[in-house]
Order: sequence, then C-alpha cells, then structure tokens
Amino acid sequence: MKEIVVISGKGGTGKTSLVAAFASLAQNAVLADCDVDAADLHLILKPDVQESHDFSGGKLARIRADKCIGCGECERVCRFEAVSLSGPGNDIIAKTCTIDPVACEGCGVCVQFCPVDAIDFEDAINGQWFVSKTRFGPMVHARLGTAEENSGKLVSLIRKQAKRIADERGARANDDSPLLVDGSPGIGCPVIASITGADLVLVVTEPTLSGRHDLDRVAQLTAHFGIPTAVCINKWNINPDVTEAIEAGARDKGLVLAGKIDYDPAVTYAQVAEKTIIEYARNRTATQVVSVWNVIMDSLKTTK
Amino acid sequence: MKVAVTSTGRTMDAQVDPRFGRAACFVVVDTDNMEFEAVENTNVDAGGAGISAAKVVIDTGARAVLTGNCGPNAERTLRAGNITLYTGVTGAVAEAVERFKAGKLTEATGPNVQSHSGMNS
Amino acid sequence: MILAVASGKGGTGKTTVATNLAKVCAAAGRPTQYIDCDVEEPNGHIFLKPQIDGREEVTVEVPQVDAAKCIGCGRCGQICQYSAIVCIGEKVLTFEQLCHSCGGCWLVCPAEAIEREPLRIGEIETGQAGPLGFVSGRLEIGHVRTPSLIRSVRRHIQSDGLAIVDVPPGTSCPVVAAIRGVDFVLLVTEPTPFGLNDLKLAVELVREMGLPFAVAINRDGIGNDQTQAYCKAEGIEIVASIPDDRRIAQAYSTGQMIVDALPEYTERFRDLATRLGAL
Repeated sequence: MKEIVVISGKGGTGKTSLVAAFASLAQNAVLADCDVDAADLHLILKPDVQESHDFSGGKLARIRADKCIGCGECERVCRFEAVSLSGPGNDIIAKTCTIDPVACEGCGVCVQFCPVDAIDFEDAINGQWFVSKTRFGPMVHARLGTAEENSGKLVSLIRKQAKRIADERGARANDDSPLLVDGSPGIGCPVIASITGADLVLVVTEPTLSGRHDLDRVAQLTAHFGIPTAVCINKWNINPDVTEAIEAGARDKGLVLAGKIDYDPAVTYAQVAEKTIIEYARNRTATQVVSVWNVIMDSLKTTK
Repeated sequence: MKVAVTSTGRTMDAQVDPRFGRAACFVVVDTDNMEFEAVENTNVDAGGAGISAAKVVIDTGARAVLTGNCGPNAERTLRAGNITLYTGVTGAVAEAVERFKAGKLTEATGPNVQSHSGMNS
Repeated sequence: MILAVASGKGGTGKTTVATNLAKVCAAAGRPTQYIDCDVEEPNGHIFLKPQIDGREEVTVEVPQVDAAKCIGCGRCGQICQYSAIVCIGEKVLTFEQLCHSCGGCWLVCPAEAIEREPLRIGEIETGQAGPLGFVSGRLEIGHVRTPSLIRSVRRHIQSDGLAIVDVPPGTSCPVVAAIRGVDFVLLVTEPTPFGLNDLKLAVELVREMGLPFAVAINRDGIGNDQTQAYCKAEGIEIVASIPDDRRIAQAYSTGQMIVDALPEYTERFRDLATRLGAL
C-alpha cells in the first residue's frame, strides 16, 4: 500500500478540493483527513460515521477552589501565563487561583509545587476521531476541540488508524489501492506528523509570491525528512509568469512537476453542490485534475 | 539473558514489528530457556514515543533489542541503558531470537532511521 | 489598541485584509504597527516590502545537566511530561526538540545540577514600511515551538499605538497565543461551505476566549449566502465585504497591495478601520 499526503504551505490553495477529486478517481482509496484544524473533507465526502472515539493527547491542571489558599506559588512557577488570582473565593481567601485551560500546556509544574495539593492533573479530552464510510471508500477523520493542543498527536493517530484499515484490506482482498491523506498546512508540528514516512507528498500551491515563498519552506521540510515530493500549481492562469518561475524552481530542487490546474469557478460551484470537481463537471479543469492524478500514480511506481 | 523483540502480536509466532517507538508490543524472551512474556508498549500514542518505549524495554531487564527500525532518540535512550541494539530484523519473533543466539545478527552502530519515522506506520 | 485579523481556514485573505488595513491606518496618521504572527508562513513582508533594520534571534530555555553535580535522584525525569528529560539509572538524557521550557526540571532539581541553555527556534525582523511599523516572526524549519515564538513577536507591540496582528490560520495553540488578550478579533472568511465550516470553529474559539469579534467576507459573490445567514442567526456583525474581483487575485499574485493597485478600494478599508474603532 502506498501513502500519498497532499499538503500546502499556505491555506486556500485548493488542497482539500483536490484530495476529494483524487478520492473519486482512485475509487477504492482509504482516506484520512489530517487537516484537523480546518477539517473540510467531510463536507464533500459526507461520511457516514461507523465508529467514534475520544482523543486525549495530554493533561490539564485544574485548581480545586475549595482547597486553594491563594498563595500564588502556581502563578510563580507557570511559564505559560496560565494562572491568575481570579477564581472564586472560599473560607480561607476572597480570591483563589485559577488556571486558564486554553493557556495551560499540561506541564504539571504547578501540580508539583502546590503546597496544599489543591491542583488536580487529569487527562484532557481534546477531541474525537471517527472511522466512517464514504461513497469512495473508508475514511478516518477527527474533530479537534478549539484551542486544543496535540494536533500532531491526533494527526499521527488518524494516519495510524487509516493505515491499519488499508493494511487489513490489502491483506484480505489483495487490494493495493492507495492511502490518501489530506495533510495539515504550515511547517509546524501537525504537518511534520502528517508527512513523515509517506511514500509521496504532493504540494498544492498557487502562482502568487506568497505561494512561491511557502512552497520553498514546505520543500525544505520534505527534503529534511527525505520524502519524494511533487508539486501541482492550482489556479495557474492567475499569473502565468509566477507559474513559470515556480516550475523552474521546482525543477531545480528535483521535485516532480505534477501539473497545472485552471482558475475555475466550477471548483467552488462543485463545493457548494457537495460534489468533487470530477463528479460535478466534465470540463477542462476536471481533465487537468485527472492528469495530475495520473502523474502521481506514475511517480509512485518509481518510489521504493 | 533476556532480549526484547518488537512484535506485532503477543506470541513467539508473531511477526517482528518494524517500528521500535510505536511497536504494538514487546516479546521479551529469555535465551537460556526460551521462556517469554509479552509487554505492552504503553506509550504508543504519546509524544516522544521512542524514548518512552526505550524506558519500557529497560524496565523489563532486557540486555538486547531486536527490531526493524530505530530512530535517534530511542537509540540514545537504549544506549544509556546499556542495551545492545539490532536493527533490520524481520520474520517471526522466534526465528529472530534463534538468529540472535546463533550470532547471525549484526549489532547496530547507531540509529537507522530519522525521528518520527514510525509515527504513521 | 490591538486588533487581531484571524481566519479559521487559511487562504481566505487574512493577510490581504491585515496589511491593507494597517497601511490605511498608518497613512491616516495613526501610529500603527503590523505584527506578523503567522510565523510558520509569514507573508506580510511580501506585500508591505518593509525596510528591515533589526533582526533578533529568538531562543527558548532548555535544560543542560551538569553530570558532576547530578545526584541521580530521578526527579527531573519524573516531572517532565514531554520525554524531554529522561533518567536511565544514574544517567540523565535531554532531548531539546521535545522540551516545552516549562522549567519543571530545574525547579525540582535538589542539587542545582540543571543549567538553562538557549535553543534557537526562530527570528524576528523589525522595520518600517513608510509610516507603518513592521514586526515579523519566522519559525525555524523543523521546530515545533510556534506559540513561544508568537509570544516573543507580540512583545514588540507598542502599548500606545495601534497594532494589527496577522494571526496564523486555524483554531489551535498558535492561534490562542496570537489572540490571547487582544482588544478585538476580525475574522476573515469566504462565503463557501469550507469557509463557513471553518468560520464556525473560529467563532467558537473567540467566544470561548471571551473576545469581542466581527466578520469580514472576502471574495463575496463566490459560493452561496449561507455565511450571511449564519452571521445573522448568530447575531454576528459583518463589518466588511470585499467582492470576488479577479484584479485583486492578480494584484495579490504579484505581491501588490490592493490599496496601491486598485485605489478605489482604499475607502472600503478606511471605512472598515473606522467601524473597528482603529481610526
């Protein structure tokens, strides 16, 4: 089984629309939405949830207002500015210390240093992850609570589960259809968790100076982890000159050029209709998407 | 002497798990009598998986680890615990231990993959 | 006043709105800084083309153990939640890439055997784009300490003027670091199903954080009218709308500001600034 991860340095390049289109072309792929911050793939694939699980990726400290003596030791040791003397009063003191769960990074230092053991340290429920059926194949996806950390861990979990499903299916039916991952944007923790060990990364970019700048940063990252990388330029005709410059840069870096896709309002119309561009329109843009998919499939054959 | 083998299952027939940090479990085998016990890799979903897994192995009293791939953090932790590392090991757990006893495995001189390599597999 | 420009989803025009807004405010004579907190993909400089006159390395503190002083008690390894410091028998190992700089290890060490070492995670550039102050953070490739770097970038905000913060996309920890305690959040969205889904998450976050906010719709005219309907139902004010204009996309692609390439939009940004109380 080969794993393809689709990422984009910056958001809004059409990454998710393209993943959905690939899902309809691959027919039998296992799908994983690792863009847990802005999970949108489900809006097109309409998953029918079969399994739902809580995700806990870390711990949170919580002060028990009835035990706090308001000494402020927790505030003194916290390096994340998460503690303030603004909790409810109790028998001892008018204001107790309280921890902002949004700022708490679960380090547990306050728990250790509280002189009256007034701080609980509990597993935080950070979100849910799901195994679902879609019209194109099984899908693993998640909903991370807002302001939650550990999305890198959740990303790893989603990929692991999707891989397990793909492996089981491969063993059972001798099915070698790919695992298709909608990766996270950026270059931080979640994207690193999305791409490590993948067979191929496809970077979707657009012909803008920011797109070009972000492509450079993402390409450095994939090179750092030694992952074969292909580039697709979406909305290429917004600026053919920048498109050409991106292509030249990609060639210099030894990246695979997977193709160019037109700037086409039909892509948005398809999204509104909750369809992939392949299902929605048999136009030039759909043909270009098919061609990008074929290039990816071909270059996968040459990776190990 | 005890050796810990990364394993996809809890028995001697199970296949060697190619991942160290995110191995499904460890089968710890006493090479003197081939008695074994399965030890859960309790930290499979946590960050710093290789390091946590290495601590689990150290606590079992094993003196050697047989696995597929091992990253730098886990390798450093195992080395600190004076555990000898063998990478590139495949096949069933029992076969791997027999090859180890016959001196057919080569000791790893360092990590053979990058950090995070097992994160997804 | 600190005004944060955020979006649940990337690519909705957040940087476009933030840079143009900052430029019109500075041009109107208000002391203004543009603060790029999108440190994983900082793009503000492409449009503002600032003169950079300061560069500062950002480091975080990570532990270094003095083996001569270590008594092998194991307490540093016990307190660390991130496997960044690990005790194996009497040996102590540190893994600086995993460290969150919480300070637990050096606080619990009874032998004062742990020194704090600086670890570079990125850099901050400061400068001027005409009358506009410019601050931008850039995370080093392969590092994961995004919130720490964002907090450092925000320390460059001058308290007496107007600061327009370009927030990273999404709703997770870097966003929290960028918008915590700001005076107002402007959420930029696109009127599409994806845009609306991500807007709802962003609204949930700013409400949880108790921050006042409003919505700006970019590329108005594409997609559908569900975003307007949602805002109406939730009582959220839509303070600006920028039409879907191919000329804007083209100006953006070459790194031009809308207010420079298409001066007819200047009034719209000035009006937005006024409505937000920035002018």
